[in-house]
Amino acid sequence: MIRLENVTKTFRGARVLDGISLEIGLGERIALIGSNGAGKTTLIRCLLGEYVHDGLITIDGLDPRRERARVLGQIGFVPQLPPPLRMPVGRLIDFAASLCGTAPGRIEDIAERLGLHVDAIRSRPFVRLSGGMKQKLLIALALGRDARLLFMDEPAANLDPEARKIFFELLAGHADHAAMLISSHRLDEVASLVNRVVEMDMGRVVLDDALAGSVELGSVLACRIVLKHFEPAFAKTLDGWRFAADAERLVWRGAVAAPDRLRFLGAVARYAGLLSHFSLGEH
Amino acid sequence: MMKQLFLTARLDIAESLRARWFLIYTLVFGGIIVLLFVFGLTESRVLGFIGLSRLLVTYIQLTMAILPIFVLITTVRSVAGDREAGVFEYLLALPVPLGAWFWGKIIGRYAVIFAPVVLAMGGAVLWGQFDGIEIPWAMFGYYTALIAVMALCFLGIGMLLSSVARSTDMAQGAAFLVWLALLLFLDLILLGVMIQGRIDPELAVAIALLNPLQVFRTAALAMFDPQLIVLGPAAYVILDIFGEAGFRVFAIAYPAALGIGSALLGYHFFRRGDLL
Repeated sequence: MIRLENVTKTFRGARVLDGISLEIGLGERIALIGSNGAGKTTLIRCLLGEYVHDGLITIDGLDPRRERARVLGQIGFVPQLPPPLRMPVGRLIDFAASLCGTAPGRIEDIAERLGLHVDAIRSRPFVRLSGGMKQKLLIALALGRDARLLFMDEPAANLDPEARKIFFELLAGHADHAAMLISSHRLDEVASLVNRVVEMDMGRVVLDDALAGSVELGSVLACRIVLKHFEPAFAKTLDGWRFAADAERLVWRGAVAAPDRLRFLGAVARYAGLLSHFSLGEH
Repeated sequence: MMKQLFLTARLDIAESLRARWFLIYTLVFGGIIVLLFVFGLTESRVLGFIGLSRLLVTYIQLTMAILPIFVLITTVRSVAGDREAGVFEYLLALPVPLGAWFWGKIIGRYAVIFAPVVLAMGGAVLWGQFDGIEIPWAMFGYYTALIAVMALCFLGIGMLLSSVARSTDMAQGAAFLVWLALLLFLDLILLGVMIQGRIDPELAVAIALLNPLQVFRTAALAMFDPQLIVLGPAAYVILDIFGEAGFRVFAIAYPAALGIGSALLGYHFFRRGDLL
């Protein structure tokens, strides 16, 4: 599906991509990891046809630079930093939908599922939205069409737990008929989303490996927590994860998206001393 | 391709209408017309011109002073600025051909910079009709055409600079330098060169007429001074080369060609290199 052959990119004499060769097939979910300056963003921009480069890049046999409209019509993209677009949300949705040949309602439905009520912000400039709202809208714009390739730069970083759960479900819906390239500085941020890891350093691929024990994107774990005594800060955390409590607010039950379990455990670990019982298992 | 071009043009118009520069731009050109009326310019007489002709003559002189730098700076600021801020990174990841994007932006921007200036002139004509002032239609038509090509010329140059410059600061600096160079060659440097007698007056006039600012100024003068008497000996050279009607055509065709040529060159650079 995606083929890179000895791709090299140089900026004013500095080699940012240094002979990258990769093949990415349908159904692969790749974590593109590496420190700042490793070349992740440059690689994505080359794949999007935004940078000229040496070497060969083809997507379904097409050159993303020469066959822009055809190639980009298949790609959903979520950038690392939301663009400072002044246009109202409604106009952005209409513009993207018209270009991508999808219905604005489809994008809005996904935004609604992620907890973003488009009607309430339709006339608000995109740049005035909060970080989380921008992220949800960009995800909705990327997923609300027939994309066979998803390029996402830390897509879930600004999402609340509930939106993350929906996001994972949405990705699961694309898993069989799309390939995903998810860029991040850290593997633990995206490990649960992917089944292959590509690590870059100084413009080179230094690791390309399958990820063992990868979880199903759409699966959910049931969790039960019993506290020794009530603690408002922990209750607020669990509220954020949409957990329900009994009358005394000592027994909590909720569902955690499987790909988000490490993040959840990290949140719970801070209150480990309060726990008298903790269980997390498949439904 | 046409659909994407139309969508990009419409987006650029909508974005410009929301931008602060457009508000200032519209206020400046609308304000000039209002001020000219308020100060009773239609009732004063200069070189035999009175009424709306007098107002239009003054308006086009002011427009020639303001419009080029306004168009240059706002074009490079918004195009290079959007690229620097990451707007291009996102919007150019949508399935839009580069030609549709570049020319759609030019069409949208052209509509936005041309409309306020001509609407202000149109407003003056309406006001004149309401006041019972005679409307100089030929002058109105020609000045409209001059403004149309002036906007096209500097928009094309602005897009070329935006395509070549890698940062907003560089694009803005280059735009200012271009405008300054055209302004200096308008009179000061050429006069100096001619006074020193190092080049033929014909050559000096020819160089001057390569300067679109000089072409606009001379064409605007020619509307009320067809023999270009105020230009002195340079008038002989201009009228010898073009003739009266020929110069009018040149004053429209040359800046338009310069603008379109610059835009084509800008597109060539834009398409060939990194988009961000």
